[in-house]
Amino acid sequence: MLNISGIKDGVVLDHIQAGKSMDIYKYLGLGKLDCTVAIIKNARSSKMGRKDIIKIEGPMDDLNLEILGYIDHNITVNIIRDSKIAEKRTLSLPNRLVNVIHCKNPRCITSIEQELPHIFYLADKGKEIYRCQYCEEKHKSKSSK
Amino acid sequence: MRHLLSPLDFSVEETQKLLDLACDIEKNRSKYAHVCDGMKLATLFFEPSTRTRLSFESAMLSLGGSVLGFSSADSSSAAKGESVADTIRMISCYSDICAIRHPKEGSAFVAASKSLIPVINAGDGGHQHPTQTLTDLLTIYSLKGELGNMTVGLCGDLKFGRTVHSLIHALVRYPGIKFVLISPPELRVPDYIREDVLDAHGIEYREMTNLEDAMEELDILYMTRIQRERFFNEEEYLRMKDYYVLDKEKMKLAKEDMYVLHPLPRVNEISVEVDDDPRAKYFRQAQCGVYVRMALIMTLLGLEVE
Repeated sequence: MLNISGIKDGVVLDHIQAGKSMDIYKYLGLGKLDCTVAIIKNARSSKMGRKDIIKIEGPMDDLNLEILGYIDHNITVNIIRDSKIAEKRTLSLPNRLVNVIHCKNPRCITSIEQELPHIFYLADKGKEIYRCQYCEEKHKSKSSK
Repeated sequence: MRHLLSPLDFSVEETQKLLDLACDIEKNRSKYAHVCDGMKLATLFFEPSTRTRLSFESAMLSLGGSVLGFSSADSSSAAKGESVADTIRMISCYSDICAIRHPKEGSAFVAASKSLIPVINAGDGGHQHPTQTLTDLLTIYSLKGELGNMTVGLCGDLKFGRTVHSLIHALVRYPGIKFVLISPPELRVPDYIREDVLDAHGIEYREMTNLEDAMEELDILYMTRIQRERFFNEEEYLRMKDYYVLDKEKMKLAKEDMYVLHPLPRVNEISVEVDDDPRAKYFRQAQCGVYVRMALIMTLLGLEVE
């Protein structure tokens, strides 16, 4: 059994679907942060069978946790202060996504104007459907797939 | 500052006000001949559309204003790689209002977000074409006296046909509207129109492939062209282009007060023999396009005539 020590101040993302931790690492831009990050893959879970966990030690000011709601709103976000869980955050689908997903419609203006931000808005919360702000192309949220 | 990007930008009440103004303009042309004296309309046409561009220019000239612009991307700075956002910032310094047509979807949204003057979407790819919709609404309103309580047949390219998408968006707001959607299976309306517009508003509609079978029940038949420029594949276009041809024989199946509309230009989808039928209203529609654009320019510029 592999042991990763607890963290003093930071964030623990628990109940990540097994194999998805690297996607989250990429979306949160963790590679660019100057802090300690532990990625635990395929940890045993009574609830999920297998799960991934990410532990981030350090200030979380630069983390856009809203994106997690888009990736998988079943992820548990634990905010750690003084080695204790200070807060548990529930995730929901963000109303707006900027440069998280890219419009795949070849007729969209974003396909030729590279400097435009790729903006999607939540068009149908129940069906977890996003639409491109420019061309209205449909995109289903990651967790609904 | 207001723009017109989608037919839904104007509420039902605002649309009615616009149509009433357009009707008054038609009756009293001289009253409006100098409303825009000293003002300029820029027509930014990144793809050619002589008809829409001339309709806008005619509208502005009829209001006493002037026009400037370009009629294809080749003759604009887009050929040098200038973005829509930069073009509109520059045009904002040269004119009072602008109409933009661009092959890419969402281009008018980009323009409006950076513009200092009112932007009119004159067609953004296969997405929206709100002034065509206003033209269609004015034509139907002037022929039928109302915009609800009728069965509207939409025929042809319902997948890429932006005029059809915009018209559906606009008409679902009126009571008693039913649609018959007539298209080849490959060119049916996109899912988002079916789910988010028709189903969401509880609109009654049927999808058919045979035009003859639909004729009898229609109050309006809106024909569209199968557009070559919307296909990536030439073979696919050739297979589809003559799928529907409205002729005298089919017109015999229609009601006496069933009117035929078409955004023009037509190719083969309406036989020229139909032109003499009093129910053929597509040239009347082109005239309505100028009146409604006059009303739109005045509205967006906040101009009124006593």
